Amino acid sequence: MAILLHKNTNVIVQGITGRDGSFHTRSMLDYGTNIVGGITPGKGGLSVEGKPVFNSVHNAKKELLVDATIIFVPPKFAVDAVWEAIEEEVKLIVIITEGLPALEMMKIKNYTKGKDINIIGPNCPGLITPGEAKMGILPGSIFKKGNIGVISRSGTLTYEVVYSLTNGGFGQSTVIGIGGDPIIGSRFIELLRLFKEDNETQGVVLIGEIGGNDELVAGEYIKNELGKPVVAFIAGKTAPKGKKMGHAGAIISGKGETAQSKTEFLENLGIKVANLPQEIPEFLKNEINN
Amino acid sequence: MKLYEFQGKNLFAKYQIPIPKGKVALTIDEARGIIKGSILPVVVKAQVLIGGRGKAGGVKLVKTMEDVEPVLNSIFGLNIKGYTVNKVLIEEGMNIEKEIYLSFMMNRNNEKITLITSSEGGVEIENVAKNNPDAILKLNIDPLVGLRSFHYMRFFEHLGIRDKTLKYQFIHVLNNMYKMFNELSLGLIEINPLVIVSGNRLIALDSKVVIDDNAVPFLKDMDHIKNYDDMTEDEVNAKSSGLSFVQLDGNIGCIVNGAGLAMATMDMIKFFGGEPANFLDVGGSSNPNKVISALKIITKDPNVKVILFNIFGGITRCDDIANGIKMALEKLDISLPIIIRLTGTNEKEGVRIIDSLGLDSTTSMQDAVKKAVSMVGE
Repeated sequence: MAILLHKNTNVIVQGITGRDGSFHTRSMLDYGTNIVGGITPGKGGLSVEGKPVFNSVHNAKKELLVDATIIFVPPKFAVDAVWEAIEEEVKLIVIITEGLPALEMMKIKNYTKGKDINIIGPNCPGLITPGEAKMGILPGSIFKKGNIGVISRSGTLTYEVVYSLTNGGFGQSTVIGIGGDPIIGSRFIELLRLFKEDNETQGVVLIGEIGGNDELVAGEYIKNELGKPVVAFIAGKTAPKGKKMGHAGAIISGKGETAQSKTEFLENLGIKVANLPQEIPEFLKNEINN
Repeated sequence: MKLYEFQGKNLFAKYQIPIPKGKVALTIDEARGIIKGSILPVVVKAQVLIGGRGKAGGVKLVKTMEDVEPVLNSIFGLNIKGYTVNKVLIEEGMNIEKEIYLSFMMNRNNEKITLITSSEGGVEIENVAKNNPDAILKLNIDPLVGLRSFHYMRFFEHLGIRDKTLKYQFIHVLNNMYKMFNELSLGLIEINPLVIVSGNRLIALDSKVVIDDNAVPFLKDMDHIKNYDDMTEDEVNAKSSGLSFVQLDGNIGCIVNGAGLAMATMDMIKFFGGEPANFLDVGGSSNPNKVISALKIITKDPNVKVILFNIFGGITRCDDIANGIKMALEKLDISLPIIIRLTGTNEKEGVRIIDSLGLDSTTSMQDAVKKAVSMVGE
C-alpha cells in the first residue's frame, strides 16, 4: 500500500524545463515514477524527456489525468504555482523550492485545511515509495522496499537514517522529507495519521530537529492513537539558542524548542529516542519485537 | 532579519503609527549636538539587535546638561550581550500615563498570525506570561480572514478601554500594524510599550520588527534597511558564498552537506566527547568552490585542530566535493589534519580522488567522528 505515492500515480512537473526540473525529471523517470507531462508558462508544445510541456496546469488537465505535481519553480513564481495546482484540484503537491515567504505558506495552509489536498514542503527533498515511485531529489539507490515509514524535517540526515535502516534489514514503505521551513504543508501529525491507516507500515521513524513544537504534537498522537512502534531522532542538541541552523525553521525561540526538551518530552511519553542515527535500526528491532 | 529600533520606527512613521520625535547619532559629537538642540529631558537609547538593553544600562534619561557627558560616555562603546553600541537614538521625554504591550507574530505552531496584548507593558512579555498570565490576551488571526471588528471588541474588553477617542486610536494602530505585518511579510512586529500619554494620545515608545528572511528578496525599496549586524564577519562571508555557517567554540571544524546532517554531526562529536567548532552546511549544489570557501572560513578559526568532512552524496556528488578538497589543498596552505567521510552519489570516483591526495576516507559517519574526536584528544 504505502502512502500518498504509488507507481500508478500520474505526476506532472511544474518547472519541467528548468535546470533542476529537467534533471530530476530524468532521475524520477529512471526510478519508475509515472511522469505524464510538465508545465512551464510560455513553453507549451515543447517536450522534455519525451513528456509533453503545457503552459498551465489547466491545459495539462484537458489532456492528461493528473494526480500529483512536483514544483521546481524559482521562489519568485513558486507561490503562484502552488495556488494554480490547488485551484486545479491536484491532490498531492510537492514543493521542492526553497525560499517561499512563510506568510504565503500560512495562507496556503489555512486555505487547504480540511480539504482533500496533501502538500509536502516547501524546502524539502520530496518523498519516495521504494520500488514504486519517487517525487523529489532523493537518491533512489539507498532505499529499499519494506515496512517502515519515515518522516523527516531534513534531507541528507534522512539519507543517513535510511542508509542505516536498509543496512540494518529494514526496508521502507514511504519516506517523506517534510521540509525545513517554519510553516509546511504537512506536519508530522498529518502524515502519522496516513501511516496509521496503512497496513504495509509496521513502524515509523520520526526525524525531528530544533524549532517549533511539531515533535511534541506528534508525540501525543503517537502515544494516544497511532498504535504502531516509533523511534525518533532529534537533531540539534549542540545548537545555540536564537541562531538559524541552515533550515529557516531550525531555530530555538523558546524553552520547549530545544532538542533536549523535545527528547525528554518524547521519552516521558514512552517513545524511544536514539542518540545516534546508527542506533535507530536496533531500537526499532526492540520496539517491534516488544 | 531583525531591524534596529530606529529602523522599525521609521517604518512605523510610514504606516502612520505614532512615534516620539527622535534622531539617530553615530558618534558622541553628533549625539551631543542633537541633545543641545533639543528640549530636555531626552532619552538616549542604545541601538543594538538584542533585547535587555535597559537592564544593561543602554537606555538613559538626560534631564539636565550636566547629564549629557556621563550618559553618552557610558552608552557609546557599551557591550550588551556581545553587541557593541555604536549608534544611539535620542528621543523626546514623555509623560506616561499607562503602558501596554502589543504585538503580532507569525505563529508557526498553529499557523495563524497571533495578536498578543497585555495591560502590563514595558516589561518582558515572557515574565508577564510566567507571573501574571491573566494579563495577557492572545487572538489567533487566520490570514485569509484578516483583522476584524470582533477582534477589536475582545481587545478593548481585555484592556478595559471605554474612551471613544482612545478606541479610535487603538483601531488605527492595530490596523496599521497588521497592514505592515502583511505588506512586509514580518515574523514579528512588537510595540513594548505602547504608551498612553496625557491627552489620551497613543505613542509607540519602542519597536521590534523582524522580517521573514525568505521575504527579504521580494521587498521593494528596502535595501537601506538590510543589515547583517547580528552575524559575525565569518557568518556574513559564508552567506555570500552560499554556505550556512554558525560559529561555535569547540575545536573540530565541520563541513557537512545538509543542515540536519550538519547538526547531527555536531551532536555526534559531542556524544563521543568532542566539541564542534562550527555548524557548516555546504548546501545541495556540487560547486567545488564552495568547499574552498568553507575551508577558508574554518581554517581562520585558531581553535580548530582538525577538519571533519561528512558528506552523504545525493544531489551533492562525492567527486565534486573531493575535487573541491583537491583544489583547496593546492590553493590554500592547510596544515591541519583532515578526516573525510564520503558516501552516496559518485562515491567511488570521490574516494579515488581522495586516495590520490594521500588522504584517508571512510564511508562511516561514526568512524569519521570518532577518529576526529580521538585526534584532538591526543
